[in-house]
Amino acid sequence: MKKSYKIDVDCAACADKMEVAANKTEGVKKATVNFMTLKMLVEFEDGQDPKAVMNEVRNNCKKVESDCEIFLK
Amino acid sequence: MNKKQKKMLIRIIISAILLVVLQCLSSISILPENGPIRFITYMIPYAIIGYDILLKAFKGIRNKQVFDEAFLMAVATIGAIALAIYSQSGDYTEAIAVMLFYQVGEWFQSYAVGKSRKNISELMDIRPDYANIEIDGKLEKVDPDEIEIDSIIVVQPGEKVPLDGIVIEGTSTLNTAALTGESLPRDVGVGDEIVSGCINETGVLKIQTTKEFWDSTVSKILDLVENATSRKSKSEDFITKFARVYTPAVVYAAIALAFIPPIVNILFLSNEPQWNIWVYRALTFLVASCPCALVVSIPLSFFAGIGGASNEGVLVKGSNYLEILSKTKTVVFDKTGTLTQGVFEVNGIHYNRISEEQLIEYAALAESASSHPISKSIQKAYGKEIDRTRVSNIKEISGNGVIAIVDGHSVAVGNDKLMNSLDIQYYECHSVGTIIHMAIDNQYEGHIVISDIIKPHSKEAIKELKKNGVKKTIMLSGDAKSVAESVAKELAIDEVYAELLPVDKVTKVEELLQMKKDNNEVLAFVGDGINDAPVLRRADIGIAMGAMGSDAAIEAADIVLMDDDPLKIAKAIKISRKSLRIVYQNIVFSIVIKLLCLLLVAVGLANMWLAVFADVGVMIIAVLNAIRALFVKNL
Repeated sequence: MKKSYKIDVDCAACADKMEVAANKTEGVKKATVNFMTLKMLVEFEDGQDPKAVMNEVRNNCKKVESDCEIFLK
Repeated sequence: MNKKQKKMLIRIIISAILLVVLQCLSSISILPENGPIRFITYMIPYAIIGYDILLKAFKGIRNKQVFDEAFLMAVATIGAIALAIYSQSGDYTEAIAVMLFYQVGEWFQSYAVGKSRKNISELMDIRPDYANIEIDGKLEKVDPDEIEIDSIIVVQPGEKVPLDGIVIEGTSTLNTAALTGESLPRDVGVGDEIVSGCINETGVLKIQTTKEFWDSTVSKILDLVENATSRKSKSEDFITKFARVYTPAVVYAAIALAFIPPIVNILFLSNEPQWNIWVYRALTFLVASCPCALVVSIPLSFFAGIGGASNEGVLVKGSNYLEILSKTKTVVFDKTGTLTQGVFEVNGIHYNRISEEQLIEYAALAESASSHPISKSIQKAYGKEIDRTRVSNIKEISGNGVIAIVDGHSVAVGNDKLMNSLDIQYYECHSVGTIIHMAIDNQYEGHIVISDIIKPHSKEAIKELKKNGVKKTIMLSGDAKSVAESVAKELAIDEVYAELLPVDKVTKVEELLQMKKDNNEVLAFVGDGINDAPVLRRADIGIAMGAMGSDAAIEAADIVLMDDDPLKIAKAIKISRKSLRIVYQNIVFSIVIKLLCLLLVAVGLANMWLAVFADVGVMIIAVLNAIRALFVKNL
């Protein structure tokens, strides 16, 4: 399953860090952060609950980039 | 400007003014040259401008993320302040100025990126906000999301068509500029299919929807464009990887610069260690090193290029495709629908004894009962209402033609087989196309040449491609050899393969792919998306044209041309070249200037001011250069 989330981040390097952090999160198959459109496209592993995984993704991203935000619907 | 940017701007202005005031006060000796009072007063502008950076650096350290920009800036400025205290120079200006310029740079970057983000999304904004539904004679605005298939919606002049559908009432002119980049108006009337995203210009239209919003053309295009930059190009990957190695490397180099020369001085040269000089150089080194010029400008260049292209009616599905497209050396075309219009038209009338109009009139009348594309084209060439009462005894001979009685004359319309079977002497035709012979009362009256007509821009398109680095053009066609060859000759296409079935086209493209000598040479296939989807996928890059309403094309292709104009292929290549040129300029420019500054800093020929230029100045220039990719109108 794939889902797209709006994000807020100030610099391209920070967006890249978020991408790395999101990809390291358990339950995420592949995450792509698009700095230009401020979107994160997340492909979840089968049988994962996107909500729980995304909370974890958000925490991990906050750790590497304190100014970032992921808007979870 | 958003709230964050406004706040930052105020902080920049206040601390800049404070800094100037403090400088003035100290130059007229109101402020002591040294000591705690000077330190505290100078720390006010520093805190105003830099508190968030310090905070972020601190958080970074806590989360074991030490190699980021905030960390570099915090270390550099705190280090500079510490040096000023240590050497009792009382020169805190440098640290504050560095922080100030860094923040100016960040502010500019965020402003420029935000601005171009907005510009580009406006360019691509074809999203309809509402749909009108008639309820009890009154129009009500509804979210297009909520409209079901087969609903009746009303589109007023000046409004966007919100959903795909069929016109059931009214006539109007549609402006397709937002979809195709061409402001060629299209007339529509009852029974015509229309796609969402067009703007209704003149009349009120009632439309029966055929698709739900998420499935309609406008959603598909938006989805495609919005996700375009998620597919990253090699250049972007390179920059990402580069930055991941570069930042830690620079920090270690700075540490080495701070410690190794002094230690060498003490141990081997028995000199003074000169700690303050080397620590200062190391800090300057850190300031100069930020990789932000690269990491911001490269994706921005691609994004701007894709945005500019979409404004011209060229949808690129990802920055990687933009990159591949720029290396196109061979372009393979499908003939029908790509270089030709795919509609048959009467192209000539030869050997006629009666007038052309009369010949066509008889032919149209005789063919009036047929719905074959050839008959349709003859009826179209006739152009008038057909009076069926003038025709009788229509006899259609499948694969041969038609015999009918028109105005009391026996008229035979068909190919050479028909003529042979009627024993009528006919003339061979030297033109290429489908030949329709005519006989009236068993007397040969000439023939009509019907052919698929070449699009008006096809020839120019091939020429433009050649001018833009394409070495070879190839045409594939399912048509007869003579037809294909004459089209190829007229358009000056290098190679032509005719009488191919759709499957043969895939094989042919595979053969051509294998013949490539260099992997850097890209083979592009251009088709109209109808029955050539497999070929579009197989080629290095698939370009589908005339995608308005064709889902297959949008899905299979890497690049989608929204209208039928083959000239757009050259345009797309030019846009990709321009974007890539800008990308390379930025990569080379940023890295060279950065390394040069780092070198100058390391040998002590540069101070922190130059370092700030290396950071902020290079970034600003690179961002401005990146934005150029957006301007592609006059390419």
